This record gives sequence, structure tokens and C-alpha cells, in this order.
Amino acid sequence: MTDSTAETPGTEPPATVETPGTESPATAEAAPGLRADRVSRRTDGRLIVDGITLTLRPGETVGLLGPNGSGKSTLLRLLAGILAPSAGIVTLDGRALPRVGRRATARRIATVEQHAHTQTELTVREVVALGRIPHRRAWASASAADTRAVDAALERSGLTGRAGQSWHTLSGGERQRTQIARALAQEPRELLLDEPTNHLDIQHQLDLLDLVVSLPIATVIALHDLNLAAMYCDRLLVLREGHVVAEGTPGDVLTPSLIKRVYDVQAEVTHGPGHPAIRFLRRAPKP
Amino acid sequence: MSTRHLSTRHLSTRLLLLVAGGLAALLASVAFAVTIGPADISTADVWAAVTAHLGLGESTLPPLRDGIVWNLRMPRTLLAAVCGAGLALCGAVMQSLLRNPLADPFVLGVSSGASTGAVTVVVLGVGGGAVSLSAGAFTGALLSFVLVLVLSHSLGGSTDRVVLSGVAAMQLFSALTSFIVLTSADADTTRAVLFWLLGSLTGAGWGDVLLCTAVLAAVLVVCLGYARTLDAFAFGEEAAAALGVRVARTRLVLLCATALLTATLVSSAGAIGFVGLVLPHATRALTGPGHARLLPVTALAGAIFLVWVDTAARTVIDPQEVPVGVVTSLIGVPAFVAVLYRDRRKT
Repeated sequence: MTDSTAETPGTEPPATVETPGTESPATAEAAPGLRADRVSRRTDGRLIVDGITLTLRPGETVGLLGPNGSGKSTLLRLLAGILAPSAGIVTLDGRALPRVGRRATARRIATVEQHAHTQTELTVREVVALGRIPHRRAWASASAADTRAVDAALERSGLTGRAGQSWHTLSGGERQRTQIARALAQEPRELLLDEPTNHLDIQHQLDLLDLVVSLPIATVIALHDLNLAAMYCDRLLVLREGHVVAEGTPGDVLTPSLIKRVYDVQAEVTHGPGHPAIRFLRRAPKP
Repeated sequence: MSTRHLSTRHLSTRLLLLVAGGLAALLASVAFAVTIGPADISTADVWAAVTAHLGLGESTLPPLRDGIVWNLRMPRTLLAAVCGAGLALCGAVMQSLLRNPLADPFVLGVSSGASTGAVTVVVLGVGGGAVSLSAGAFTGALLSFVLVLVLSHSLGGSTDRVVLSGVAAMQLFSALTSFIVLTSADADTTRAVLFWLLGSLTGAGWGDVLLCTAVLAAVLVVCLGYARTLDAFAFGEEAAAALGVRVARTRLVLLCATALLTATLVSSAGAIGFVGLVLPHATRALTGPGHARLLPVTALAGAIFLVWVDTAARTVIDPQEVPVGVVTSLIGVPAFVAVLYRDRRKT
């Protein structure tokens, strides 16, 4: 039922409407890239996302942090245009997502889910080729550009040697890597990832995040692990009960007091070279 | 892996070859199936009758033999081909759209609704003889489908709600059919209705063939137009939406198109089971999961399959005829078990 709402028009018109196809220089309202302006999403009378504003700058990696149910996944769906906001607006180069259209949106924004599952017998290459669907018209068969994009995505994700392998025989890490390759085949400028490292061992977590941050694509990534967020993100957005409670660089945001406030746990933060490191403390034994 | 790297042109060529080969096999099957039966008919007789009726030559056949070919065996064999193609096509679309390997064209209660419609006309005499069994079945099928659509929409419209609503409608209409038959029908009517319910191509006429072919052609065009879109459903509806698919609209269009085709076929030939369940799986093993190839090839495979099964149904226990639906099920159940067995690995 999520899709039915995605097709309803936005609640308000965009501040400015550009001519389709052109990319006008940045102005105050029509900033290039993906922007959420005071978006809210209400489900069954409860506010899941409550007035969040986020501007994704070209090429940066933004980490979404927050406990379970803080609204990270819903915010990502709003940014992808899969869900329509109850209030506020999501714009791509200044145009509201419903005006951009589903197919055109999917040519710009790619998403990777937490856990992809299929019953269909697909090879790695066939999964990656799904990313070309928004680029193809009905009836048309794959073009040379499609083949090139799929090859490049496989290469970039280190999966060229596995192209013919069945999806069902892949490990969890390889499956997520394949989903990222599929996202790259969409040739997006914005990439949204929802806890892509869940269920992966530490080696595959680091491999995956190394791959993601090496891409010249603006990325929003929901993460649970604060240390990984500190290591890989340029900027963090911390959510709690649908609100933004902190925003800034990992060094600014990840403080013991914020961690206490958001997650209700004690932690020590050491500011090493590059990025902060977080060490959680055991709860004091009850007297 | 080498075949996966074939260029676009090669893939299209392979599809063309598959379709051309399938069409040739279908034509040969039809021509051969028409010669089989109690009256001795040769392929030359078939050719003579067909060319004569298409206005391409003078018929040299005696009227009786000509009648057997043109009025009895030909429409029946062609209806078998059209039903096989349509059911396999609908099954393939349903399985992908509902992401359920066990979905078939009847999963939305269309066949059960058709049976209720049919017995309402035949047993209860609704319409006073002015309404045919086919018209009653068609009305019942569409009523059932609309009920499923409304019910699933009010339950939230997700895939599993659609399937559950279909199951509910199937149970309801099966019970209604049984109730009507048991309380109102005499033995002969019961037998006739039962025969029809199991799926039978007996008494197929050119009217049925033309109607079913027209609907099949239209629905095939719609489904092929949505072939790429169906590929996007492999990882679910949200993944499809993220690939730019308008999920709700796609689902509505394809459910309506396949329900219309299924209702038309069931009204003409009864509920021939298992073609729509098994043939798409068998074809997928041959073509891979891409719908641009799967849909046309599965339609051809279904057509060829049902031509042969119907030929067996009308000749194996000569002179008695077995409903073709019984034969497809006898073949289909082991295949169904094989599908379950294979999918065991993927959960």
C-alpha cells in the first residue's frame, strides 16, 4: 500500500519550477541535488517523521543515526519518492518529486534496501541489469549504453567475475554488493542506503562502506554502528522520534551527552586522528 | 556465463528463433492433432479443407469429412491452442506480479465465480434460456474478480491481501456452486455441469475461437508492453517503485487484463487447471526470468501443450472423453510437487 500514496501529488507546489531538462545554476530556492524541506510523514495518526530538513550536497556522504523506530527508514523512503510526505516537500534540483515523475526520479536516485529477497532465479548480471529499467522504454531491448552501464557497475563493485553466478548462491555481503551494483547501473547522482551493513561480518561491513564512500555520488546512509558512521560519513543527522536532534560533522555530533540523550547509554568518546572513536560503557550494577 | 554476455542483437535473435520455432511447432501440432480421431483424416485432407474455407482453392473433400475437419476438429484444436496460450500467459504474469510461484490464473477466484455463474444459468434457469452458459460464466467470473479487487483494496491492497482475498472468493463461490448443484440439479444436469467445471473443449465452435483469440491478442500486447516493468518486481513492490515503476497502476492494469482473458477462456472451455501454474515454471527454465522472452515463449508452450493434452483427452479412452482439465491435472500435480520441491531451497 506504500505505492498508492507515492502517486498522489505533492502537498504543495515547489517554490520554483525549472524548465524540464535544464540544470539552471544554483539559486537560493532551486538548489541542485536532493533536498527535503520540513517533511513529515504520518502513519495511522502517528508522526513517524516530523519536520525534517536535509540538503544533500553533491558527492557527500550523510549518515542517518538514531534508535530503532526513530524514522530513518521512513525518511529514506520520502527522499526516494516511494512515500509521499504528509507535509513538506522533497525536491530534486528544485522540482518536487511528483513533478519529476517516477521514472525520471529513478534515473537520478537509487536506493538499496536493508535486506533484498527474491524467489526468482536470477544471475548477478540480471540483478544488476534491473537498474537499467528506468532508462528503458517499454518494448525497447537493451542498448549498448545499458550493457556498458551494467559492465561498469559490475566492475566498480568487484563482481565482474561473478556475473554469471546465481543470486541465491551469494553470501550476505555479496548480495548487498550486487544491490549496490544494481543501484550504480541506474547511474544515479544520489544514493540512499538503509542499514546496508546489517547481518554482515565486520570485514564485509568495511568492504561495503569503503565501496560506498569511494563512489562520486551523494549518499545518505542509515547506520546503527556509531563508529562506522564516524569513520565513513562527512556529516551526520541524528534522529529521535522523528525529529533531528543533532546535525554536523562526526566530531561535533558524537559526544557522550548526545549518545546518552538519544540512545540512553553511557559512552566515552576519544578524538583520535581523523575521526572520533566511541567506547560504550557497561551499565553500573544496581546497588 | 558466455551466453549472458551476448549483445542486444543476439538476444533479440535468440528470442525471434524461439518464437519462430515455437510457432512452427504449434502449426505442426495443430495440423497433426486434427488428423487424430475415429474418422480417418490425413494432413492433406486438413490442408484441402483449410485452403478451401479460406477461399484459396476448391475443396475436393466429401462434405462429411470436410465438416469433421472444419466444424469439429479444427475449432476444437485451435481453441485448445488459444486456451493453453492464454492460461500460461496469465499464470506467468500472476506469478511475477504477486511474487508467488504457486499463483495461477484462477488465484483471484475467476474460475469459481465462473462456475457459480454457469450453474446459476444452467441449473437455476436464470435468464430463462436467453442467457447462455458462457455468458453466465463470464458474468460470474467478473463479479468474483470485482469482489476480490474491492476486498483486497479495502484490506490495504498489498500482494498478500490480493492472494488472501482470492482464496476467500474461491471458497465462497465454490460453496455457492456446490449448494446450487446439490439442492437443485438432477443427475444429468449435475454430470454436464461437473464435466464443464473440470474444463472441456467439447463442442468448441468458431465463435469461441474468434472471441478468445481476439481477447488473447489484446491482452498479450498489454502484457508484452509491461514485460520490463514485470522484471522490476523481482525484489518486491517497493524495489519496483524505487526503479521508477508505478506499482499500483501496473498491478491494476495487469490484474484486470489477465482476469478479462481468464474469464473469457473459462467461459468457453471451463476451468482447465494447472496449465497456468506449471507451464510458466517450465518455460522459465528455458528462457530465464526476463519477461520479454518468458511471456511470448510461455504462451507458445502453453498452446502446444494443451493441443496435445486435448488430443489425448479425446482419444485415449475412446469412445469416452475425459475432461481435458482432468488430464492437465494428472500431469500437473506431479509437476506442482516438483515446483514445491525445487523452491524448498530458496526460503
